[in-house]
Amino acid sequence: MTLYTSTVVTPRRPARVWAKIGENTLYAIGLPVILVVLWGIWATVAPAQFFPSPVELIEAFVETWIGPAFFTDVLPSLARLGIGILVSIAVGIAAGTLIGLNRWLRDLLEPMLEFFRAVPPPVLLPIVVVLMGPTDAMKVVVIVVGSVWPILLNTIEGVRSTDSVMTETARSFAVSRSERLRFLVLPAASPRIMAGVRQSLSIALILMVISELGYSSSGLGFQIVYFQRNYLIAEMWSGILLLGLIGVLLAAIFGFVERRVLRWYHGIKEVERA
Amino acid sequence: MRTDVTTGGHDEVAQQTQTATDAGRFRRGRRTRSARKIALGVAGIVGFLVTWQLLPTLGIVDPRYFPTATETLAQLGEDVRDLEFWRNVGRTLTKWGLGLLIATVLATVLGTIIGLVPFLRRATHTTVEFLRPIPSVALIPLAVLLFGYQIQSALLIIVYASFWQVFIQVLYGVADVDAVARDTARSFGLSRGSRVVNLVFPTALPYLMTGLRLAAAVALILAITAEMFIGNPGLGREIVFAQSAGNWPAVYALVIVTGVLGLIINLVFRAIERRTLSWHQSVRGEDVL
Repeated sequence: MTLYTSTVVTPRRPARVWAKIGENTLYAIGLPVILVVLWGIWATVAPAQFFPSPVELIEAFVETWIGPAFFTDVLPSLARLGIGILVSIAVGIAAGTLIGLNRWLRDLLEPMLEFFRAVPPPVLLPIVVVLMGPTDAMKVVVIVVGSVWPILLNTIEGVRSTDSVMTETARSFAVSRSERLRFLVLPAASPRIMAGVRQSLSIALILMVISELGYSSSGLGFQIVYFQRNYLIAEMWSGILLLGLIGVLLAAIFGFVERRVLRWYHGIKEVERA
Repeated sequence: MRTDVTTGGHDEVAQQTQTATDAGRFRRGRRTRSARKIALGVAGIVGFLVTWQLLPTLGIVDPRYFPTATETLAQLGEDVRDLEFWRNVGRTLTKWGLGLLIATVLATVLGTIIGLVPFLRRATHTTVEFLRPIPSVALIPLAVLLFGYQIQSALLIIVYASFWQVFIQVLYGVADVDAVARDTARSFGLSRGSRVVNLVFPTALPYLMTGLRLAAAVALILAITAEMFIGNPGLGREIVFAQSAGNWPAVYALVIVTGVLGLIINLVFRAIERRTLSWHQSVRGEDVL
């Protein structure tokens, strides 16, 4: 049986694979290319004051960001963002596990946590600035106090909803506390935790920009506002483009990590669906 | 494409189960709402207030920039009697509501059309994945150039941020129609319009509600952000004014007000979600089992 099918299928395969790849790339770049071309035509036919043409934008992008600015503005911003995200994840998961496992602690803190999650993170900026001064640490703290909540609350929910049969089984088999945490509670909570991390990433990126808007003399957010105030329109757009690229990069890294961490989970879902 | 659909799906599943547990907690809570839970919750709030009161009093943090809880609450009491304060609340909520409305309508219409046509879905995928992660605050300078501090500048930012929350959910929701149900509807000769109303809409509704809840929270964050950094009139601008005047109790009072607003919005949208989805498995589930 298999022999027949394989002999029938094999000769056609390469052609089809290439056709498939071609089709996929066409779908992937088709619309962006059309949009950029339309934008280029529009910019040459009717130049608008605040909208540069794609060529100008690319030139400004290369001129502005490739070179020393990359090290003085982009890298420090990215470093603060990265540290902020990692600290949020560590604090959120640690505190979330602790609170999720203790019933009384959860009841005690829940109303306050709900409130803190609801506070729009940017309003904390003036407070953190005045308490810490306009330092790098301040910016990292702003990112952390804003983006830790989704991770924290999702971890609590995830830990809380660990399957009770499994918990009891692990207990009757005398699995030690730390092993239970490592092999049962955290994996069981991981889909929730990752959903929380996903929400936190976008908040962290917003706060990275905001923390540099008013209280800074370097960084991406500062540069974009500087360009706008000096009517360097193409440069300003290049900053927006760069922030977009950082957003895409973050999403890609997150997607990669998530697939690794939740491979088992997606596997189960796939089986359930089939 | 494929992996994205699964990650989106799992995100959604997580959120739906959250709705389920929320609803379960709610119901169980109503039945046996233990006095203990309430007592602990109150104790938590009191403990927080006491800690807050003690930190500046004992000089652990600088009392000039970190007023005590009583000072802040006194300021809050004064604010509440001031008509201008309520006008500012109104201004913030107007931006929030308008932005959320525009974003939801746009996202639902576009999401439904694109989600139902496989060709459009595939063709727009990369564009969407590039535009979606752009942080909307990056558009603040552009908004300032285009609209100054008129309300449109705030709306641009609010709509951009909350649009994607709803759009992605609707996109996945519309595509999630059960294959058997779809084929059944077809063989029973349901018209296209009737299929959309009776099949696609109920399938996508839980997704839409999740998106709406997330978008409502995001819209508030960006309404306040716009007021703080563009200078549109509203609570956010008041915070900046109070800060430059060195009136720290007023800053803290306004931060509390924004938190309360956020809390109310969360609770209201969770309630709406439960109401509109009372027929849905994720809300009904625990009673049946």
